[in-house]
Amino acid sequence: MNENEQYSCGCSVKNNEIKYYSVPTVGSVATEAGNINVISTKWSLCDYAGEIRVRLDIGRMNYAVTPGIYAIGKPDRQSPVLVSANYKLSFDILRRELKGLNVWIIVIDSKGVNVWCAAGKGTFGTEELVRRVNVTGLEKIISIRKLIVPQLGAPGISAHTVQKLCGFQVIYGPVRASDIKKYIAAGMKASPEMRHVDFGVIDRLTVSWLELALAARIAILGTVLLIGLVMLIERIPALAGLKGEARLLPILFLVSILSGTVFNAVLLPFLPGRAFSLKGGVLGAFICSGVIYASGQYLAVTTWLSLILMSSGISAFLALNFTGASTYTSLSGVKKEIRYSIPLIVAMVSCGAFLEIVHILRRFM
Amino acid sequence: MKLKYLSNVVTLKYDVNRCVGCGRCVEVCPRRVFSVESGKANIIDKDACIECGACMKNCPFEAIKVNAGVGCAAAILASGKKGNVVCGSEGGCC
Repeated sequence: MNENEQYSCGCSVKNNEIKYYSVPTVGSVATEAGNINVISTKWSLCDYAGEIRVRLDIGRMNYAVTPGIYAIGKPDRQSPVLVSANYKLSFDILRRELKGLNVWIIVIDSKGVNVWCAAGKGTFGTEELVRRVNVTGLEKIISIRKLIVPQLGAPGISAHTVQKLCGFQVIYGPVRASDIKKYIAAGMKASPEMRHVDFGVIDRLTVSWLELALAARIAILGTVLLIGLVMLIERIPALAGLKGEARLLPILFLVSILSGTVFNAVLLPFLPGRAFSLKGGVLGAFICSGVIYASGQYLAVTTWLSLILMSSGISAFLALNFTGASTYTSLSGVKKEIRYSIPLIVAMVSCGAFLEIVHILRRFM
Repeated sequence: MKLKYLSNVVTLKYDVNRCVGCGRCVEVCPRRVFSVESGKANIIDKDACIECGACMKNCPFEAIKVNAGVGCAAAILASGKKGNVVCGSEGGCC
């Protein structure tokens, strides 16, 4: 299969479009393979600004550092070698955690994608790792033949194949960069906790803003259209009685989007069921009922039902999309969820819209 | 709290006869699906598996098979029925 035939969720940037950020250096180390740049473990203002920017999906697919070998501190021939993807945010987080250590970092070309996603795609893979080890002349720089690969790179790396191809033994480091110091201090041993992927509330909140950013375009467009509809309804004398409830439409739309992204992410473990769409649908129905109640509008049962059906459907769909950002869903599981939830979501939103249209048209009869 | 997704769906298959108990699967699994007891690996929590494929790729004895991929609705919907589900193109998770 060639690259153009692949369909996907994240990163279509072609090779030549990626802009590499150069890494500020604070010195260099002389080795048999030439001088190697020593990099800082401190973050500049630009690094902080960059993190906020990519978390909001601005230039996220074009945030890479130049592949190659870098030094932290004063590494020598016995120092450990860490392997990193070249997504700049991952690389920055890694180097910040290495303060006070003397290590080498091999940055492989994962096309500016983080290690886990790139391992899934194969760009963080056996072939590129072996190539980069050879290109950098690593065997001249160090005497030990070991590479510490982040554990989440394992779906892309075949440790025994790397050893066969370039003679370096792959050992898997911890999942989180913040555990690297402990891991090295323990003699390259990861505790079970260091190997486990969690999805705690901070992680969920961090990635949910990206979901909101991805939904922003539709959210703005939809809100503008709905405000237009409200203005139209207000100008038609026959619809005068609908003024109050019409104003609920743009508000409920925005609330449903927040519900399916940020609120669903934060409340994920406490929402009913295992399917993301079920969690998001229930939450959307619940929050939107609350908004309608708080608005003090008296609504006919069918109107109430139509608004809840639409809100719940939108929230369920966005929650379904959060499967990709979560850390505990499987391909087979999400395929199954899609099979059941998409027809239901389509039915809910179309029934809701149909009821609403009938409700408006009846005012003319 | 260990969050868990749908049960009885994952495609993870393990051939005990090929296993030599090296423990690579335990090392690479981010979801604690495996354990090694008395020289053989066991699947102790199959529903926790996310089909990342790390165990299959790193088992030197090809004792593990899984239909590996990304559990990403955006990617699956974008791929439709045509192609493989791959992470990477217009807007989405990774």
